[in-house]
Amino acid sequence: MCIDCGCDSDHEHDEKNSRTIRIEEDLLAKNNRLANNNRTRFSADQLLVLNLVSSPGSGKTSILERTLTDLKGQIDFAVLEGDQQTTNDADRIAATGVAVKQINTGAGCHLDAHMIGHGVAGFDLAATDILMIENVGNLVCPASFDLGEDHKVVVLSVTEGEDKPLKYPQMFQAADLMLINKIDLLPYLRFDLEECKTFARQVNPEIEIIELSCHSGEGMTAWYAWLTAGVARKQRDEERGKQIGYSPATRYEERATKE
Amino acid sequence: MHELSLTQSIVELAIEHAKREKAVVIRSITVEIGALSGVVADAMEFAFDVCSKGTMADGARFEIRHIPGRGRCLECHEESELETLTHICPLCGNLALETIQGQEMKFTEMEVD
Repeated sequence: MCIDCGCDSDHEHDEKNSRTIRIEEDLLAKNNRLANNNRTRFSADQLLVLNLVSSPGSGKTSILERTLTDLKGQIDFAVLEGDQQTTNDADRIAATGVAVKQINTGAGCHLDAHMIGHGVAGFDLAATDILMIENVGNLVCPASFDLGEDHKVVVLSVTEGEDKPLKYPQMFQAADLMLINKIDLLPYLRFDLEECKTFARQVNPEIEIIELSCHSGEGMTAWYAWLTAGVARKQRDEERGKQIGYSPATRYEERATKE
Repeated sequence: MHELSLTQSIVELAIEHAKREKAVVIRSITVEIGALSGVVADAMEFAFDVCSKGTMADGARFEIRHIPGRGRCLECHEESELETLTHICPLCGNLALETIQGQEMKFTEMEVD
């Protein structure tokens, strides 16, 4: 064994050849590059892309099912479902008649930009208004991985406890919208809604918040209005970008590089 | 858990750079991890042994430089140390704190032969 570095190979260490290489590269650089490719591609189709993140069991799939059914004929959706195993969620979405593909991450705890690039193959993106990406249920890892989305939407259900934003600040800071789900259960729980919103704003003062229940339907219209406005804004931004030759995807990339 | 895929990309990146430099072995790898980055450094050290096995980075010294979290308040203009991501200034209590350091996840340098 080599005594210098402890490796098993029989190479010789030559001090003269030993050198230090400065690198200064972000560990997420490769993922970010692929995410930018995705974003540029989605941009060309004026596609609004949402990355739905939450802990397991918050109701992401149920919110999607109801949304896809209620907005049928008004907004055209495609859905990517991320889970470690099974096609259960994709099967539930397929039942609504919307184009869906399941991505199984196996041991992986999050979706990454590479999976999304391949995942959308076969979707008719030009005929789609919104691509919904349901991430793996996990409030930690998906926060760090840009998929090329326009917004992260974090779902928090009232059965989880109001201090989740403080416990998982990276995720709530990365999200633009928080959906507080299962509010029909509030009468049976000791969940302080106002405190939850205060906590979320402590980690992200800009975050938008919608309270809803995909079971009772309460609050769903506010969510639908947010989606409809999002599609209109996306198409307007892309049109304007085309006119001035400076797409929102390029602007996003430049801003991210500067940070 | 994502420490494993991050570490995997560190090893890939290191090998890529080492080959470009026509090096035969990687002796050390240094990364910077901020306290507010959401990455558990211990998990990364553990993952490094697994990810580097059988590669030219096998046996390399893996050094993690810890970068403490820091914030600057837009109200009282004071800087303070941060242990968690928040916008509340620990000094004046206003919701006006900007994170200025601690979210780094960076491959900074490596030593090769």
